[in-house]
Amino acid sequence: MNPLSLDLAVLALGLVLVFLEAFNDGKEKAFLGWIATAGIGVIFALSFLVSPQEIVATQLVPFYTADPLAIFFKRFALGTTLIVLIIAIEFRPILSHYLPASVRNGGVAEFFALPVFTCLGLMWMASAVDFIMIFVSLELVTISFYVLVAYMRRNNPSLEAGTKYLILSALSTGFFVYGITWIFGVTGKTNLGAVGQAILSLPVENQTALLFGLALLLVGLGFKIAAVPFQLWVPDVYQGAPTPITAFLSVGSKAAGFVLLIRILDPFIKAPATSGKVQLVLVALALLSLVYGNLTAMPQLNLKRLLAYSSIAHAGYLLMALASFQNGHFKQTTVSFYLAGYLLMTLLAFLVMVVVNRVAGGDSIAHFNGLGQRAPWLAFGLTVAMLSLAGIPFTAGFMGKFFVFADAVEAHQWLLVVVGIVTVGAGFYYYLKVVRAMYWNPAKNNEPIQAGRLTQVTVGVLVFLIVALGVYPQPVLDLLK
Amino acid sequence: MLTLLIAIPLVAAVAILLGACAKKTALAAVAANLVLTLVLLVQNYGAPGYQATASTPLIPALGLSYSVGVDGLSLLMLLLTAIVGFAAVWVAPHPEKLERYPGLYYACLLFIIAGATGAFASLDLFFFYAFHELALIPTFLLIGIWGSGDRITAAWKVTIYLALGSFVLLIGLLALYFSIPEAARTFSIPALQTLAAAGSIPQTPWIYLTILLGFGVLISLFPFHTWAPQAYASAPAPAAMLHAGVLKKFGLYGLLRVGLPLMPQAAQHWTNLLLILLVGNILYVGLATIAQKRLDSMLGYSSVMHMGYIFLGIAAFNPIGLTGAALLIFAHGLSIAILFAITGFVRDRTGSLEFTKLGGLAKPMPFLGFTFGLAAFASVGLPGFANFPAEMSVFFGTFAHAGDGLAFSNFQVAGIAALWGLVISAVYMLRGYRAAFLGETGKRWVGLADLSFCARPAIIFLLAATMIAGFRPQLLVNLVKPTVKGILQNQTSLSAK
Repeated sequence: MNPLSLDLAVLALGLVLVFLEAFNDGKEKAFLGWIATAGIGVIFALSFLVSPQEIVATQLVPFYTADPLAIFFKRFALGTTLIVLIIAIEFRPILSHYLPASVRNGGVAEFFALPVFTCLGLMWMASAVDFIMIFVSLELVTISFYVLVAYMRRNNPSLEAGTKYLILSALSTGFFVYGITWIFGVTGKTNLGAVGQAILSLPVENQTALLFGLALLLVGLGFKIAAVPFQLWVPDVYQGAPTPITAFLSVGSKAAGFVLLIRILDPFIKAPATSGKVQLVLVALALLSLVYGNLTAMPQLNLKRLLAYSSIAHAGYLLMALASFQNGHFKQTTVSFYLAGYLLMTLLAFLVMVVVNRVAGGDSIAHFNGLGQRAPWLAFGLTVAMLSLAGIPFTAGFMGKFFVFADAVEAHQWLLVVVGIVTVGAGFYYYLKVVRAMYWNPAKNNEPIQAGRLTQVTVGVLVFLIVALGVYPQPVLDLLK
Repeated sequence: MLTLLIAIPLVAAVAILLGACAKKTALAAVAANLVLTLVLLVQNYGAPGYQATASTPLIPALGLSYSVGVDGLSLLMLLLTAIVGFAAVWVAPHPEKLERYPGLYYACLLFIIAGATGAFASLDLFFFYAFHELALIPTFLLIGIWGSGDRITAAWKVTIYLALGSFVLLIGLLALYFSIPEAARTFSIPALQTLAAAGSIPQTPWIYLTILLGFGVLISLFPFHTWAPQAYASAPAPAAMLHAGVLKKFGLYGLLRVGLPLMPQAAQHWTNLLLILLVGNILYVGLATIAQKRLDSMLGYSSVMHMGYIFLGIAAFNPIGLTGAALLIFAHGLSIAILFAITGFVRDRTGSLEFTKLGGLAKPMPFLGFTFGLAAFASVGLPGFANFPAEMSVFFGTFAHAGDGLAFSNFQVAGIAALWGLVISAVYMLRGYRAAFLGETGKRWVGLADLSFCARPAIIFLLAATMIAGFRPQLLVNLVKPTVKGILQNQTSLSAK
């Protein structure tokens, strides 16, 4: 099967959803959520029939690749979207509350359709090896996020989040485009492969211009992956956005940013002239993100905000893996595996959060008090997610950290290792705070919390995957061969 | 067979969480483990090398596999785990008496047992490490939900301390792994030991120091010991028994299994540092123990202090010292488990453990008074209990390192300082015993019930085990002899090169 057919299938699914919404004016539209979920699920399953094809990149369409990394992140995008849609179905009652009441069921359908288009953007981005293609797919993702973040029109924090995201994201996109023009100006190419060759034979006096362009690109990408010092938007946007969209941002947007980092920096770390400087920047970003993310997460009282800071911290661990590149090769498997584990545990946490929010009426950690008695299954799920985020063995999160630290030790990045250990200790504190709320603290009322059947099954599947990857990661590693 | 040993408590824990009868399921699981361990012990007694091995590769590119196997030392540790685990579940309060999450309580205990069993049975560095960490969260929950006193501080402190210690250890192990030439890299402990014997593992001092400090935090080596007394004082009795008796020994086992055999020469580098720290354990913490005003915190400190003797045996690094260390790991595990179990019963009855409030408890509770006395004597190191031959061997091992001419060697100086520790431990144990159990019975305590007949077998069982080992230490010495020989062989073959 041609890898491109996956992208086209997602595009078709998105269009079908928009049409269905148009022809069902004013009627109940929950079924659109189920269609979107089922559709993405089917395409996700089909993606395992696709095998990586190197040939596409070189001959037919020079801007599109289907190498193992691209296929892996296409699956990643599909898996993320699938779970985000399930969270969105669970989130619907809250959503309706904040939408204008003038049109019955107005605006519900697009909440399921837009993530599908975002998914399409992420999938293209995974395959993009040309700056123009990268920029176009990035815009598709970002613009659909502009709408989604500010979706709850009658909720002020959501609007505030939307404005913040719009302004800062536009700014970062500006940096990114400006960086592309500088690199194009120096090398005369937009294709990454061609840029890589041009760098190798670049005259010394052009180095500064090239590095200036690269620095601008890193600003743009730093924004996407929420690395310090480009993290200012994260806490407010995460807290204000509708929870499924927060989940999507924290996983999808971050993963996309890292794919782009790997693709764009690859030519630069292969060139001896630039590789040392790139490493220095990556180490600095990693250190700042690790320290800032973990320390600021510690005093948080709101789980959504806590996960926002934790997402900065995890960007730090991922940057740590990137900074540990050796001989011009990134540790792609480590980054990809870490992101896969991050997907599972973060989305599991957001899923449980939505259910609890619906009944308990808030996202603060105190709302989770006594969850162990009110909803043992959900509490168990959230516990596994938190332990995995903290890095307890036999979870995907620990396996990811194990690989990250192994790479850093192998590359002799001792400063990163030492700081990493300290921040892991901080992480144990704030993640276990959630576990403490669920089991130590008594609840205000003991009324049980009911979750939908689909949610319960999803929690089970995610828990299983987290533990399975924590013991036997080889299947995911094989996907990248 | 070993996988079964790890799986039984795990399966039982999951069954309890899903609604199986907590106490019966847990007891059946630990009883099955005890029987299995005894069978393993009889089958492989005195056999050289690793027995009952099984292995499944998991990440071939890294040389990482799930592999288990036992030798004499690990059998000794498994036996300790099985005995203390059985007793801990036996003395755990009846589920109906627990206010919240009765199932979770037993599941946590079983997770700790499974983690310890897995760590002692693993022959792969990754799983050896990972299984130990499995016990971290159950401890956090046990102290946090069912603890007493300042349980919140204690739970946070123990969890974060141990998590940090473990990650330091992980970095040490990874650094060791990457210091080996790329073609030979593996996580398999037997393969690593072969490499070490061939001299292919670089003896980098700072890597050993990282490993030593990582393990040291887990063992409560001075000055990283402050988590331990507080945690043990606050933990519910079965958790304290398992943690102080079994789990804390993981670090010592790790030094004997990984640290010394793989990096014998790098270890020599830090002997003096270790001697200083262990004297800190014995004298500084020992004096702190005397100053304690509560029975539970006194026991917590005493368990930290006794780690010093085990370190002394390890530092001595000769056959008799290492054997003594192994024996003392076992002996201390049993005696501290009895003491914590009895303390738990006393706390249930009196609601307080402050020495000024207690007194004369042996009169209303003769069984508890008598057994506490025996366990206190065992802990001090009186003949007849397992601690006596163990501590003797440690001291013999230490003094075997003679200095030049008439001067004392550093070992002998440390040994003499450590001998004073015996006096200190006699002082606090006897004072504690007198304050709590002897003297005039307070009016509030006159009608207290003694330990019920159905709980007594657990205490008697532990006491019997420590006395058997005390009268026939040779049984255990023969068990660990091949392991100790292996550790020292690496050292001599390396020095010859």
